[in-house]
Amino acid sequence: MPGREILPYWSVDGYRSTHTMTNHDTGSPFAPHTPDETAAMLAAVGVDSEEELFDIPDEVLFDGEFGIAQRSEQSVIDETKAVLGENSDLAEFLGRGHYDHYVPSWVDHVADRSEFLTSYTQYQPEIAQGFLQALFEYQSMLVELTGLPVANCSMYDAATALGEAATLASRARATTGETVLVPELLDAGRREVVENYVAGTDMRVESYPMADGNADVTALERRMDDDVALLYAETPTVRGTIEEQLTELGRLAHATDALFCLGTDVVALALLEEPASVGADVVVGGAGSLGLSTSYGMGLGLFACRERFLRQVPGRLVGASEDTTDRRAYTLTLQTREQHIRRERATSNICTNQAWVALRAAMCIASLGPDGLVELANDCVKGAQELAGKLDAIDGVSAPVHDRHHFREFVVRVRAAPEMRTKLEERGFAVHAVDDHLLQVCTTETNADERDRLVAAMEELA
Amino acid sequence: MRYDQARWTEDEDRYEPLLAEKRSTEVAIDSTDSALPADLTRESLTLPELSEPELSRHYTRLSEMNYGIENGPFPLGSCTMKYNPSFTEDIAALPTGSVHPDRSEESVQGTLELLYRLQDYLGRIGGMDAVTLQPPAGAAGEFTGILVAKAYHETNGNDRTEVVVPDSAHGTNFASAALAGYDVVSLPGGDDGRVDLDALTAAVGEDTAALMLTNPNTLGLFERDITEIADIVHDAGGLLYYDGANLNALLGRARPGDMGFDVMHYNVHKTFATPHGGGGPGAGPVGVVEELAEFLPEPRVRPTEDGDGFELFSPERSIGRVHGYHGNWLVLLKAYAYIARLGDAGLTDASAKAVLNANYLASQIEYDIPFGPFHHEFVASATSDAADVAKRMLDYGVHPPTTKWPETVDQALMAEPTEIETRRTLDALAEAFNAVAAEDESTIETAPQRTAARRIDQADAARNPRLSWQALAENADEQ
Repeated sequence: MPGREILPYWSVDGYRSTHTMTNHDTGSPFAPHTPDETAAMLAAVGVDSEEELFDIPDEVLFDGEFGIAQRSEQSVIDETKAVLGENSDLAEFLGRGHYDHYVPSWVDHVADRSEFLTSYTQYQPEIAQGFLQALFEYQSMLVELTGLPVANCSMYDAATALGEAATLASRARATTGETVLVPELLDAGRREVVENYVAGTDMRVESYPMADGNADVTALERRMDDDVALLYAETPTVRGTIEEQLTELGRLAHATDALFCLGTDVVALALLEEPASVGADVVVGGAGSLGLSTSYGMGLGLFACRERFLRQVPGRLVGASEDTTDRRAYTLTLQTREQHIRRERATSNICTNQAWVALRAAMCIASLGPDGLVELANDCVKGAQELAGKLDAIDGVSAPVHDRHHFREFVVRVRAAPEMRTKLEERGFAVHAVDDHLLQVCTTETNADERDRLVAAMEELA
Repeated sequence: MRYDQARWTEDEDRYEPLLAEKRSTEVAIDSTDSALPADLTRESLTLPELSEPELSRHYTRLSEMNYGIENGPFPLGSCTMKYNPSFTEDIAALPTGSVHPDRSEESVQGTLELLYRLQDYLGRIGGMDAVTLQPPAGAAGEFTGILVAKAYHETNGNDRTEVVVPDSAHGTNFASAALAGYDVVSLPGGDDGRVDLDALTAAVGEDTAALMLTNPNTLGLFERDITEIADIVHDAGGLLYYDGANLNALLGRARPGDMGFDVMHYNVHKTFATPHGGGGPGAGPVGVVEELAEFLPEPRVRPTEDGDGFELFSPERSIGRVHGYHGNWLVLLKAYAYIARLGDAGLTDASAKAVLNANYLASQIEYDIPFGPFHHEFVASATSDAADVAKRMLDYGVHPPTTKWPETVDQALMAEPTEIETRRTLDALAEAFNAVAAEDESTIETAPQRTAARRIDQADAARNPRLSWQALAENADEQ
C-alpha cells in the first residue's frame, strides 16, 4: 500500500530496525529479514553482500529470469480456484483400485495440526513421540486387519507396494524362481510400475488367465513351477469381484515354494477372508481411501508380511522400547535395512513416504471402530449388488457381467460402451469404459445419493 | 531459550496409552448384516472403539508430544525444513481439485492446466527441457531418473553397468541406482570436500551410465569444477544426474541444466515448502534435457494442438509408470501455489537468505567447521559424541542438526537453518549450540530431560522388535 507508513519491526536491544520488512514486496514473504538485520548479519559473516556468499564460478551463474511474477496470497488462491473450476462437476462412479470414502471432519482438523503436518521423519524420537505412537497404532491396525505380524509405516501407493513385494521376493527366496505371476486383468498402470521395480533384478512379470473375473485356478495350476517366485492375486479384483479361491491360490504358491502376495484394500480387509488365514506371505494394497479424498490418484500403500521377512521389509518400521524412566516409548527401528545406513544394499530406496496419510487413515479407522468399518465394508457389497440389480433391469443393459460377489464395483454390459460413457459424462456422471461393450461402475456411500439418477440416465441412454 | 514439551503420563509404565488400551471391541462378522457367504469372510475384527471426543483428545495429545516447524527452529541438515505456508493447505483442500484419476481428460482440464504450469515452472527453475511430476518422493525421482538414463543408453545400444556416486552422497542415491539394477561405484571425496577430478577420471569409463551428484554437495560446498566434471562424464558417454535435495541454495542464481546436468529431481517438500508430514508425502518431479524427454514416465501433460486445452500423452519411448496414477497431486498443488506466490524475486531471495542464515549461524557458534565456503548448510564438528550433543539440544527447544553424517567430518552436526529464521532465532540457536558445547559429559549423556520422552533405548527396540500393540501384549504374556 503506497504511502502507508508501517511501524518498524523491533523487539529488544540489538534487534531494533529502522526499516520495514521490505521482503514482503521484493523478496520471499517467508524470509523475515529487515535490511538492517541483513546488513548486521552480513557484517558478522564478514562480507559486503549476499552475492559474495555464493562460491559459484561465473560460467555457470544464471543471469536470466524464470519469468514467474510474484503474486499476493489472495491472487494465487483466487486464480487457482478459477483454474480448478474448469474441472467438470461430475458424480464419479469410478474405482478400479482407487476409491472414495467419507472422511470425518475431525480428522481434517486434527491431522492438520502443525505439530503433525510440519514435522519431519522421527530421527529424534524423544521429541516425536506423538507421531511415532500414531504410526505404531497404524501398524497395529494393519496387523489386526491382515493377521500378519509385521506392517510398515507406509508405501507410496498400491502399485509401488506391489513393486516392493516383487523385489522382496527376489531377495528373500533361496530358490531360483524369476517370475512374478500377476492376473491378466491387473490394472495396466500397476503392471507398468511392477515391471519398473523388477527392472534391476532378474525377475520378469508374466500374467495368468482369469475366468469370469476371478483367477483361473486350473490354468494357474498348470503354469505353476519352480520358476515362479511370487504369485500375486487381488481381492477385490480390478473388476470388483471378490476372489473365491484364495486358500487354493495360497496352496498353489507354496507347493512350488513361491511367495503368495495378496493385493487388497483397507476396507475390504475388514470383511473378506483374513489374508494370514489363506496363506498370504505379503499383503499389499491401498489404504488411502480412508483418509484421503480422491486426490487425482494420490494414495497410501499398505505393506504387511510374515515374521520371517522382517529383515527384508522396505520402508520405515516403528517399534516400542523404553526410555530412561522405564516408560514405554517408540522409535524408528531396524533401520539397518534402510538406505541411509545400508545404501546400495538397502531393502528399498524409499525415504520420504506417506506418513501423514497413514496418520489420517489410522484416524479414520479409529473413527469408524470395528463395527463401523465392518458395516462400511458390508455396504460396499450391498451397494454394488443393489445398483447392479437396478441397472440389470434396464433393457439392453446387463449387470453384473461376472457371476461373482462384488465389492463396491462391477462390470456392466451395454450396446456401445464408449458412446454411453461420453453421453453419461454429458449428463454429469463419470463411469469407466472397459472396452466396446463393457462399462465399469463403482459405488460407495459418497455417491450413494446419485445412484438413482445414474440408473435413470442409463435407462434413457440404453 | 528453554523448552518443556508437553508430556502426558498415564502411570509409571507409559505415557499416553495406546488406542487399543483405552477401549477395544471385537465384532463377529456373522453377527453383522453381511451379504456374503461365511466362507468368503473373516470371523471377527478387533479394533479400538472410541468416541469422537476421545479420539480428538487422543490425537491432540499426541500432536502435543510432537515437534514441527511451527513449534520452533528445525535446522535439520539436508532436509530444508522451511515454513509451510498455510494458504497452500487451503488450496489443496479445494473440493474441485479432488477428482478421480481415471476421469476423462476433458473433465479434468483445470487439474491438467495446473500440472502443466508446474511442469513449466520447474523446467525453468532447473534449466530443464521436460519435466514429469509423477515420482511421489525424492528417492522415487532418483529411481525414475536413473531408469530414464538406462533407457537412453539401451536405446543407443549401450549396455552400461555402473553408476558412480560420491561417498558423501545421500543414501538414497546408492539405493536408487541399485534398485535400477546398476552396480554402484563409490567415489572418494577430495581433500577439499569436493569431487576429486583425478579420482573421477579414474572411476568413469565405458561402463559408466551416470554420475549422481548434488550441488552444493552435502558439505554445503559448491562443486566449482562442475563444468570439468560434466565434461569428464559426458566424454565417457555417461549422463550427469542432479540430486535436487540442495536446490534451496541456488534458486535464481544457478541452474542444474546450465551446469551440464542431463537429468535431475526436485524435492518439492524441501525447496518448495510443502509440509514433510512426519515423513511424507512429498513429491520428486524429474526434469531432463531434450534428448531424454522421450523416455519420461507416461503420462505427461501438454497443451492440445488447437491450444484450447490440455491433454495427457505418452512420451515415445516412455519407461512406463513409476506410480499407479499421477503422483502426489495434493503435494504438487501446494508446490505450485508456493512457486506462484514467490515468483522470481521471492525464490531468488529465499536462496539468498537461506545461505545468509547458514553463514550467520556458523559465524556465531564455537565449533570447528572444517569445510567451506558453504552455502545453505554447513557441517560442524562436535568435540563430544554428536548424537549426545543433539539430544541435549532438544532441551533448548531446538530440533538438532543431522548427526554423524556426512562421515567426512568427525562427529558431524549438519545444520540447515533455511531462510525462515530471524537473526534473533539464529542467535538463540547459536546459544543452544554453544551452551551444549560447554556442558559436562554427564549432562549431555543424560539428555534430553525436557522432551515428552527421555532418552530411548534404540538397541533394545531393534534387539526385541515389538512392532504392534499385539506384539506388546504377547511380550507381556511371556514375562
